[in-house]
Amino acid sequence: MLKLDAQLPEGPLEDAWTNHKNKLRLVGPKNRPKYKVLVIGSGLSGASAAASIGAMGYQVECFCFQDSPRRAHSIAAQGGINASKNYRNDGDSTWRLFVDTQKGGDFRAREENVYRLAELSTAIIDQAVAQGVPFAREYGGKLANRSFGGVLVERTFYCRGETGQQLLLGAYSALEEQIAAKTVKMHTRTEIMDYVIVDGKVRGVITRNLVTGELKRHVADAVVLATGGYGNVYYLSTNAKNCNVSALMRAYRRGAGFANPCFTQIHPTSIPASGDYQSKLTLMSESLRNDGRIWVPRDKDEKRAPTDIPEEERYYYLEERYPRYGNLVPRDVAARNAKDVCDEGLGVGPTGYGVYLDFGAAIEEKGVDAVKSKYANLFEMYHRITDDDPTKTPMRIFPAVHYTMGGLWVDYNLMTTIPGMFAVGEANFADHGANRLGASSLMQCLADGYFIIPVTIGNYLSGHEKDNLTTEDAHFDKVEAEVKEGIDKLLAIKGKRSTNSIHRELGQIMWEHCGISRNEKSLKEGLTKIPELRKDFWSNVSVLGENESVNQSLEHAGRVADFLDYGELMCHDALTRDESCGCHLREEHQTPEGEAKRNDEKFAFTSVFEYKGEGKEPELNKEPLNFEALPLMTRNYKS
Amino acid sequence: MKIKLHVWRQKDAESKGKMEKYDLDGLSPDMSFLEMMDMLNEKLIANGEEGVAFDHDCREGVCGMCSMVVNGEAHGPKRETTTCQLYMRHFEDGAEVYVEPWRSAAFPIVRDLMVDRSAFDRIIQAGGFISNHSGPKPEPNSIPIEPGVAETALDAASCIGCGACVAACPNGSAMLFTAAKVSHLGMMPQGQTERYERVKDMTAQMEEEGFGSCRNYAECEAQCPKGISIAFIGRMNSDYLKASLIEPVDRRGKMKAQ
Repeated sequence: MLKLDAQLPEGPLEDAWTNHKNKLRLVGPKNRPKYKVLVIGSGLSGASAAASIGAMGYQVECFCFQDSPRRAHSIAAQGGINASKNYRNDGDSTWRLFVDTQKGGDFRAREENVYRLAELSTAIIDQAVAQGVPFAREYGGKLANRSFGGVLVERTFYCRGETGQQLLLGAYSALEEQIAAKTVKMHTRTEIMDYVIVDGKVRGVITRNLVTGELKRHVADAVVLATGGYGNVYYLSTNAKNCNVSALMRAYRRGAGFANPCFTQIHPTSIPASGDYQSKLTLMSESLRNDGRIWVPRDKDEKRAPTDIPEEERYYYLEERYPRYGNLVPRDVAARNAKDVCDEGLGVGPTGYGVYLDFGAAIEEKGVDAVKSKYANLFEMYHRITDDDPTKTPMRIFPAVHYTMGGLWVDYNLMTTIPGMFAVGEANFADHGANRLGASSLMQCLADGYFIIPVTIGNYLSGHEKDNLTTEDAHFDKVEAEVKEGIDKLLAIKGKRSTNSIHRELGQIMWEHCGISRNEKSLKEGLTKIPELRKDFWSNVSVLGENESVNQSLEHAGRVADFLDYGELMCHDALTRDESCGCHLREEHQTPEGEAKRNDEKFAFTSVFEYKGEGKEPELNKEPLNFEALPLMTRNYKS
Repeated sequence: MKIKLHVWRQKDAESKGKMEKYDLDGLSPDMSFLEMMDMLNEKLIANGEEGVAFDHDCREGVCGMCSMVVNGEAHGPKRETTTCQLYMRHFEDGAEVYVEPWRSAAFPIVRDLMVDRSAFDRIIQAGGFISNHSGPKPEPNSIPIEPGVAETALDAASCIGCGACVAACPNGSAMLFTAAKVSHLGMMPQGQTERYERVKDMTAQMEEEGFGSCRNYAECEAQCPKGISIAFIGRMNSDYLKASLIEPVDRRGKMKAQ
């Protein structure tokens, strides 16, 4: 049984974070250099956390598997970042951002966390602007805003279609400043292999140098996991090719609770797959739905080019089904509707799995140049990939796995169930409930990294007594030996199948059995198929080469091994959560309109899984959710 | 479609490398260049040979990880396109395709097509930032920024740090990379305090890393996947000249006790 003390603040939400901060213990500037903090990952949350903690004076070491911290996948976020600045005077406020996020998440997140996120949103913009992030400006030189799915105000700040890149470069430059100041030591091309737990606390990690294969021990007082999402369990996703779940799975096996593993966001607007060689899917920002209208032909046997189909023969299904929000319904609703119309046989493109996203009307109204200037790099990207020009013919889009709301369970201080181990950004489960709103992931990463972890980590460290633990300790010997054994085992299989083919097969199983919608029978089938595939992996995978050099096949094999275990955990969670909520649609529980039907009486809790050993069923722990400030309500994007 | 591939293979930094020839058949024109490389690796692994090591990550043209010289050009024949965004439809059926790593003394080869670009990080460490601690900051609308300035700064900030400019330059110069960061920060009002110090420090580091000097070949701009203009190099040179006229101030030194 896990001890799930969420350390929630008391009193009204509006003052909760301030009051909580005032009660946290601090570490004085003279004592900070005595503590070593390891930050795993260098994306938005990792870079911002490492830079902020480093600047405070702690000894920080930061790790990434890429060749530079600037490459982390936060860079690919396109559309924007939310903040309740209310520059548009359209009635926005911290409260409204909180309500939107909580509603968007379908009431499966903690109120206190969500409110704090909304509260910190404005400071993030201030911080980024101070770093020189070139946000879009209006003619008077003030910051510009646009709207995003699931909300009725304009609160999204953006840098054309490359907001993630610019925010990451801001965090990266702050990190490089600290590296130059020698408060942070950076380790690139380095992967986390395992954690060393001493007396129940995390006290270090074992890393593998991806160039030389060298295993190295690092002793630490606290470890911050900023390892991002793991949508690649589906093989095809909008994630970068090397995104993986390994750092989280290895923490889970060492005792960290894994929360809501089945909550996976399927993004409605990605470029459809073109063939079975496809290695990843490319997202088209949701911001395109501001000006693009989504439709399919009304006739199943339609053969004409989209531009030749007259208006009355087009089925603008989102506008018809959801008149109030139209094309701006939340992501899960948009994704499910796209799949539905394709399942009905109305889909377009060579595979029949695609719908049109049409800019014709916007171009007619505002002119090509105005529309192009808003989405220049997205149009260009689409054109390059598909050879079609979206200003002349509608885009074809289809849902793709995009973001994982699940992650390591953390308390209000962002600490996991292993003392000293923290999780920030997409790696934790905290703020988005069962569905994340657009332009909220960048916000959460930076709230965690710039503003939350710098104060909460001090609270932990001040109560952590310094000892003389070194890497010579027997605990390190043991974990390193296990890591080495794991590598040798993979290299010794010498089977026939490539890791990639197994990964691809796992992806198909996950998409089919634990994808856009789920049901009991199919999940149970998934749960028998995955162990069979795992057996095949451990007896028949081919990992060539050696440990002592660059070996991408070995790296991939280690990650696929973790994905196989993780896929099973996901199906298990999806099966036990016998309700629908947000992205998690159990076909047994839908409204007559095909919307997710929650069961608040039985499932108003966070599922937290505890590892019980290899081959054993994980134990489900429940953290009940309370809804006091904002009473439970049913999402309704129709009226 | 089919192609005749010639790929640079090199076991590690110390070993000698050479071009290896591979024939590939059954390609689809809609396949990306890296998916073609995946297919090659699958084929090699099936034959018991190790795959070709290459850097790649986002595969959507923004992370800057992929780095191949294709038929003599950094990121291949298509303008303003990273290797991962190159598609087989950009090649003729039956074409001979040569794939090599970035070539520059400052980017040592790690293995096959992977190189070490940490020199770029060190240039940024020399001053490619606006000094800041996390915490409360002024209201951003209190400093209006002309949209044109923000846009041009964003043009410069769009650099993905892939290193194509260095690979493309006959001199192996990193001027475009450095100029893009110097210009981005130097144009923004927030970046004024450190503007001249920054340009001097970053330039010094660039030279220290062993990059060549700029001779206005303009190959960097031609092969930059983000189309970053060499006008930024002019901007950096002008800032550098001004900076050399300003008395140096040691801002990062310890403050003297009062």
